[in-house]
Amino acid sequence: MAVEVKVIKKPGRTIAEQVYIPEIAKGLGFAMGRFFKNTFGPQAKKEIATVKYPEEKVEYPERFRGIHRLTQRTDGSPRCVACLCCSTACPAQCIYIEPAEYDPDDPRYGYERYPSVFMIDELRCIFCGYCVEACPCDAIRMDTGMHMPPSTQREHFLYDKETLLSIPGRDGSYLTANPRHEPGDPTHPGVDRERGH
Amino acid sequence: MTTTFLVVSSLVKVLVILLITVGAFAPILIWAERRQSAMIQDRLGPSRAAIVLPDSAVVFIDRARLPLWRLAALTGIVAIVALITLTFVAIEGSNPLPISTSALTASLVGFGAASVLLRAGYGVHTMIVRNGGRIMLIGLLHPLADAIKFIFKEDFVPPKSDKLLFSAGPIIALIPAIAAFAVIPFASTLHWDYLNQVLPRTGEIAGPAVPMQVASINVGILFIFAIASTGIIGAAISGYASDNKYSLLGGIRAASQMVSYEVVLGLTLVPAFMVYASLRLEDMAMWQHRHMWGIFIPPLTLAAINFFVAAVAETKRVPFDLPEGESELVGGYLTEYSGMKFGMFFMGEFVEVVSLAAIASVLFLGGWDVPYLYRDGFEFTLPFVAGSLSVPLVHWLVVAIQFVIFLFKIIILIWFQLMIRWSLPRFRYDQLMSLCWKGLLPVSLLNILVVGAFMLSGWLDIWVAFYEKLF
Repeated sequence: MAVEVKVIKKPGRTIAEQVYIPEIAKGLGFAMGRFFKNTFGPQAKKEIATVKYPEEKVEYPERFRGIHRLTQRTDGSPRCVACLCCSTACPAQCIYIEPAEYDPDDPRYGYERYPSVFMIDELRCIFCGYCVEACPCDAIRMDTGMHMPPSTQREHFLYDKETLLSIPGRDGSYLTANPRHEPGDPTHPGVDRERGH
Repeated sequence: MTTTFLVVSSLVKVLVILLITVGAFAPILIWAERRQSAMIQDRLGPSRAAIVLPDSAVVFIDRARLPLWRLAALTGIVAIVALITLTFVAIEGSNPLPISTSALTASLVGFGAASVLLRAGYGVHTMIVRNGGRIMLIGLLHPLADAIKFIFKEDFVPPKSDKLLFSAGPIIALIPAIAAFAVIPFASTLHWDYLNQVLPRTGEIAGPAVPMQVASINVGILFIFAIASTGIIGAAISGYASDNKYSLLGGIRAASQMVSYEVVLGLTLVPAFMVYASLRLEDMAMWQHRHMWGIFIPPLTLAAINFFVAAVAETKRVPFDLPEGESELVGGYLTEYSGMKFGMFFMGEFVEVVSLAAIASVLFLGGWDVPYLYRDGFEFTLPFVAGSLSVPLVHWLVVAIQFVIFLFKIIILIWFQLMIRWSLPRFRYDQLMSLCWKGLLPVSLLNILVVGAFMLSGWLDIWVAFYEKLF
C-alpha cells in the first residue's frame, strides 16, 4: 500500500497582511489600548504586574519557606526535645544542637531533653525544609514568611536559640496548632512515672 | 526697530528654544519613552531615582501636613466666596459693596490659585511622607540620574581611533538637530507695543513686530533639509572614526538609510510647497491659519503620512533603527562611545524627534493655528448656522495660547512616534531600502502629480471654500 500523503497547505498571508498597513494599525491599536488602560484607566482595571519593591511587597505564597523559628510551649520554653533529627536530616549541616538533661525533679526528666545550644547558620542553610519534615515535635518551622535581615557580618547570620524562639510565625503566634501533651499531664498518651512503667 | 531690540529678542528666542528642546523635551522624552513602554508592557517603569530627605526634614514636613491642608481649605473658601459675590455683582449689574469689582476678581484669582497650589503641595507632601522621605516624582528624576552618570563616566577613546573625528562625531550629530529649530515658527507674530490690547483681526499693525521664530529666512524648509543632512555626516564620521568594524557597518547603514529617506522627505514636501506657495515656514502656518490645516486636503494627507514614515526613518528609531541594530551590530556607530559623548548622540536623537514633530505640525497640522482662535480672540461658529460666540482676548494671551497649543501638537506627535517605537518590530535592511525606493519614493512622486492636477483643475479652491463654509 502506498503511503498516504496528506498535503497541508502552507499558511499564506492574506492581502491585508501583505499590505502591512492594517496590521500596523492593529498593533498600534493594541499597544495604545494597553497604554491608555494602564495610564489613565480606573485603578481597578489597571494590569500593572510589578510593584514598587521596598515600599510595596508582594505577599509570598502560603507555603513559602522563610527563615526558621523554634516554636514554644505554653510556658515559653522551646518545644524542641533535642532529638537531633533535624541536624541529622540537614543536607547543609547548618544546625548545631547541644542537648542537655532536665533537673531530676522536673516531670520531663528522663523522657526528653532540651537544647542548651541551638544554632542555625542561615548562610549555610539551603532552605530545603528537611529539618521541618524531620522534626517529630513540630518544634522547628519555616512559616515565618521572612527573609534574613541583611548584614555585612557573618556572625549576624548565626541564629541562636533565643533569636529563633523570638521569631513569630506568619500568623503572629509563637506556638503551633498541634497541642503538646507533657509528661505528667492527664492528657499525656504514653506511660509515665506516676502511672508506673 | 532698534538693533538692540532685535538682538535681545533673538537671544531670548534662542534661549527659549534651547530650554524647550535640550532643557525640557529631551529629558522628558527620555523619561516618557521608558514610562510609555512600561505602560504598554504592564510594568511600572522608572520610579526608583529619588532625592532622599533627612529624617528631620520628614518629621518637619509631616508636622506641616495639617496646617497646609487647613490653609488650602481656607483660601479655597475665600475664593469661592469671591466667586459667589462676583456672580451676584454680575447679575445685579452694579456693585453696592464696599469692595471694588477688580479687587474681587484679583482675590478670586489669587486665592483660587493659592488654594490649588497648596492642595497640590499637600498631595506632593503626602506622597513624600508615604515614601519615607524620598522625592520620586513618578520617575522624572531618572534623566537627572542619567545625566550625572553620563558626566562622571570615563570618557573612553579607542586607542587606534581617529581622535579628532571621534570627538567631533557627537557634536556634528547634536548641533543640526537643535539648529533645525531656528526656522520653526512657534506662534504668530508678537506686536510688542500692543501686548495688553485686543488687536483687530486683519490688517497691518504698526510698531515693532517680533516674529516668533529665530530666523525668518526665505529658504525656510530647505534650510531644514540642509541642516538635517549634516546629521548624516555625524553618524557616518563616528562610525568611521571608531576603529571598529561594527561601528563602521553601522555608520555605513546610517549614511545610506538617511540619504535614501532624505530624498523621500524632500519629495513628500513638494506638494506642501505647491499648495502653500511658499518655502517660508511662517507663511505655511499662516496659509493654514487662513484656510485649513494641510492634513485635511486629500493629497496632502498622503504626503503627511509619507512624511511621517520618512521622518521616523530619518531619526533612525525603532522600526528603522538598523544603524544601531543591537542584535547584528552590537551598537552600530554608537558601539565605542561612552559617557557624555554617547549622551550627546542620545540627546541628538531625541531633539531630532522633537524637531521632526515640530516640522510635521507646522507643515500639516497648522503649526500654531488653533481652531476658532483669531488675532482678536476666539470666535466659535457652527456650520450652516448664523450667529457666533466671540470671546475677545488680549494680544499676549492669544500668542501664549498659540504657543501652548503648538507645544501640545508636538507632544501628541512625539507620543505617536513613541507608540510606533514600542509597537513595531524592526525591518530587515533590504525591506527598509525597498520600502524607500520602491514604495515611498514612487508614491510621493505620483502624489506631486496628483496635487498638481488637484490645483490646476480648481478642486483645491472648491475644497478649501467648502471647508471654510463648514468651520
